[in-house]
Amino acid sequence: MAYLVQLQKQFDDYRASLFNEGFLDDQFEQLQQLQDESNPDFVVEVVSLFFQDSERLLNELATSLDQQNTDYRKVDAHVHQLKGSSSSIGAQRVQRVCIAFRNFCEEQNTEGCLKCLQQVKHEYTLVKNKLETLFKLERQLLAARGSSFV
Amino acid sequence: MARNGTVSWRRRSEKVDGFEFSPVDSEEVHVLAVDDSLVDRKVIERLLRITSCKVTAVDSGRRALQFLGLDEEKNSSVGFDGLKVDLIITDYCMPGMTGYELLKKIKESSTFRQIPVVIMSSENVLARIDRCLEEGAEDFIVKPVKLSDVKRLRDYMTKEVKMGNDGTGGANKRKQRESFDLSSSPPSILSSSPPSSLSSPSSPSPSPSRSPLSSSLSAPSSPTSLDSPIRRLKTTNTD
Repeated sequence: MAYLVQLQKQFDDYRASLFNEGFLDDQFEQLQQLQDESNPDFVVEVVSLFFQDSERLLNELATSLDQQNTDYRKVDAHVHQLKGSSSSIGAQRVQRVCIAFRNFCEEQNTEGCLKCLQQVKHEYTLVKNKLETLFKLERQLLAARGSSFV
Repeated sequence: MARNGTVSWRRRSEKVDGFEFSPVDSEEVHVLAVDDSLVDRKVIERLLRITSCKVTAVDSGRRALQFLGLDEEKNSSVGFDGLKVDLIITDYCMPGMTGYELLKKIKESSTFRQIPVVIMSSENVLARIDRCLEEGAEDFIVKPVKLSDVKRLRDYMTKEVKMGNDGTGGANKRKQRESFDLSSSPPSILSSSPPSSLSSPSSPSPSPSRSPLSSSLSAPSSPTSLDSPIRRLKTTNTD
């Protein structure tokens, strides 16, 4: 019983930290509200799509910015997509870098864009790790609940 | 999956040619959602389902037009007879055809112009919002879309359904709609046979249709019953 309480606390604290540190915003909570017994994996599913989509976009961005003559409209289009999907799942820090990124695209500032690309990759990696940890803690909690005699 | 006359056969989901949809129980509101983003499609689909709407989610304006049977270049190979659309919700920024262009195409169509269209956009630009509303959009939602946004849509759709339902029974409305379709829709909707899990290809199924849209389709000269204040402001020059 104590173990269950401990796991719950660990999960709650970790989750709270993600919001406090700005990794996630209110939109993530919106997604959690959409999860229920009929759709118990909704959040994990959406986030997985986000991971897939982001990885594709980050690759495209690296390629686009590696060209002799950068097509900034194309770069901007990719950043716009990344901004959109990160906003839809509440990945706030990723979204914020995208906003700055788009400004550099508009200015056709290569150096600024490259810096933003590094930054957005960094923020993406962070939030990915955090979310994966969160999901792991959730699984542990559910497993413990399932096997508890309380 | 053979149709056996019970309600439950309609629950199965099908994936056909780029569309993802569940067969529609025509008692419920059917929404066509258009968004190029995979993540956003997943979210909007869930938001709509949780508010008891049936959803067809497509990834482009082109696909949306194909679904409606409005795409001149490609005749829909699947008959969507009975999958009436009660609302279209579309992203603004999409490659190829924007949501605005899709909105225009729908409002230019005598068959589909009565369907309310809602635009979603991550950009809260007043000029963009105005342009969409002027073109006939019912509403404009700033992304990310929340449950409260979708609930608001549901409210005014339900209101329209109630206003339009004169209780004469669905079968008449279906027949009237079909005769209207004969004159205006491309032949592919009526003549092609749908996948086996959808309604039967030729005869009208006895499922009642509660949307006022089908009654307004059967009487094209009757005034629109939509209650949106934006509609009231517009001068209606329907032919």
